Amino acid sequence: MTMADRIAKPAFIALVAVALAFVTLPSVVVVIVAFGEKSIMMFPPDAWSLRWFERALTYPDFRKGMVNGLYVSAWASLLSVAVGTLAAYAIDRFAFKGRALLEAILLSPLVIPHFTLGVGLLLLASTFGLARGYSVVVLCHLILVVPFVMRSVYVSLKNIDPMLERAAASLGAPPLTVFLRIHLPLLAPGLAGGWLFAFILSFNEFTATLFVTNNTTQTLPVAMYNYVREYADPTMAALSALLILATALFLIIANRFLGLDRILSIESHR
Amino acid sequence: MSESAAAPVNDIALSIEKVVRTFGTARAVDNVSLEVRRGEFVTLLGPSGCGKTTLLNLIAGFLTPESGEIFVDGAPISGLSAFERNIGVVFQNYALFPHMSVAENVAFGLKMRKVTRPEIARRVQEALEMVRLPQMGERRPRQLSGGQQQRIALARALVIRPQLILLDEPFSAIDKNLRAEMQVELKTIQRQVGITTIFITHDQSEALSMSDRIAVMAQGQVQQFSEPIDLYRRPANSFVASFIGEINRLACTRRIEGDRAVLECGPVQVRVPTAQAPAGAATESMLYLRPEALRAVPAGSAEANLGTGQVQAQVYQGTHVDLIVQADNGWLLRLREPGFAALDRWPVGARLAIHADLAEACVY
Repeated sequence: MTMADRIAKPAFIALVAVALAFVTLPSVVVVIVAFGEKSIMMFPPDAWSLRWFERALTYPDFRKGMVNGLYVSAWASLLSVAVGTLAAYAIDRFAFKGRALLEAILLSPLVIPHFTLGVGLLLLASTFGLARGYSVVVLCHLILVVPFVMRSVYVSLKNIDPMLERAAASLGAPPLTVFLRIHLPLLAPGLAGGWLFAFILSFNEFTATLFVTNNTTQTLPVAMYNYVREYADPTMAALSALLILATALFLIIANRFLGLDRILSIESHR
Repeated sequence: MSESAAAPVNDIALSIEKVVRTFGTARAVDNVSLEVRRGEFVTLLGPSGCGKTTLLNLIAGFLTPESGEIFVDGAPISGLSAFERNIGVVFQNYALFPHMSVAENVAFGLKMRKVTRPEIARRVQEALEMVRLPQMGERRPRQLSGGQQQRIALARALVIRPQLILLDEPFSAIDKNLRAEMQVELKTIQRQVGITTIFITHDQSEALSMSDRIAVMAQGQVQQFSEPIDLYRRPANSFVASFIGEINRLACTRRIEGDRAVLECGPVQVRVPTAQAPAGAATESMLYLRPEALRAVPAGSAEANLGTGQVQAQVYQGTHVDLIVQADNGWLLRLREPGFAALDRWPVGARLAIHADLAEACVY
């Protein structure tokens, strides 16, 4: 071991520990606060109770927000998989006019603030006389999550051996059949990964959603925001703890059935 | 070439006429014409970048020619997409579909052709037996060795009964011992099926051992298209002479005396029939002699016709010994002596005279 190694290794371990702490400490604090007894959030709590969990699960706005959120996220994530896949496929496989422009437009939500998008969509919807219904919320989420799906599919597409397409063609498969029989099955893990991220991002989106929802269409994050404006009790913390648990379960199940390791790793065929 | 011209038209499986394909300013395939007879095994041989893979892609339909036409069984195919042609392709990296079983891979082309289910099952099994892997149908491609994957790729390409089959450096990723075995196997299957085959390689021994005819390519053009033995013994130009096998190149000046060409190679004068020294060749030319056309003889022997020299090194290669000889006039020659007797007879430093079998000489 050189001198540099002797310093570098503990330093690296310390860095990782600090990073982990930064990432997890806020969640840990919130979860602990959720078990407090007093009707004000305090850390650490001086007495323990489960009553805020009960309130989180029975509060009508949260129930409605949960249902709305699942509904909006389901549509937004499914549509984003369809749109993102076709766009990634077109951009990767076909040379056409405006290809670069299409890619830039579809990826632009990554650099446009969610606030801007929310306000813009709100103004557009009112200009065209559209009520603030679910379709506007779904459209808003679709725009926000498509770039992530597109990137995910694009990377999977790049991992597919281009010779497979030629082999299929030489065996008599026209382009649509190549897509359906060769590319789509090989893209499946990428599609599943893209859908998963799209769903989670959509479900947690707040900034843009705030502008395009109303009392009947509000999603869970918006309902939570409205709640904290009125109350300061640990219900929020309890709800957060429940969401962390639900998301973790969701990911574990997804990993079991889809194989997240396969989604997240880049295989080399070339 | 003259033989194929004499063959009846319906005996030509593949005809390439004046095909040109450029990439930017580079002429990857430059006015290539070739005729391949039915059932023939033809190899496109050349260094990388010579245009052989581009030519294969043009035949398969993965690229379209800028000018010229390709005919399969007499019909032009430039207007057809790859999937509309009936040409089997075996790829260098096998390109088996990783999400399908071996049997599904082999069945793919038959499904595309709407063959009935029982017929597909029968032909898939038949194809797997042909490549001696009848038990492997349920496996996934990644569970097979490289050689097995190669055979499945061959079965997949042949099962559709294509008009011809193209093989793109199919053995380059297989280790040397298995490669020799696969070469024999491919050749056997090819002969059994009787399918017209275009084989691409940069490996000249592979080309020489397998092909009915070889098209040597360089700079987008066919340098020579002939049977392996002619390619070796009668190379059409200096590129082919140097590219195929090992050869001694001796600078000389040439003049014609009747039906003989007289070559002044330094102090040595060599006479060969003019047929071996085409009139087009420059006065300053090169005399090409294979190592096996040169033999060591005792100094002063009447057989000596290429001067004298001294053994500089012995290269023992099992079936033969190569003697590296420093000729007295400065040439460095390679002589090939069969067996191993030369090891004792011509030790390093020994004086010798050189006999050249001038019937095997070429001049360019």
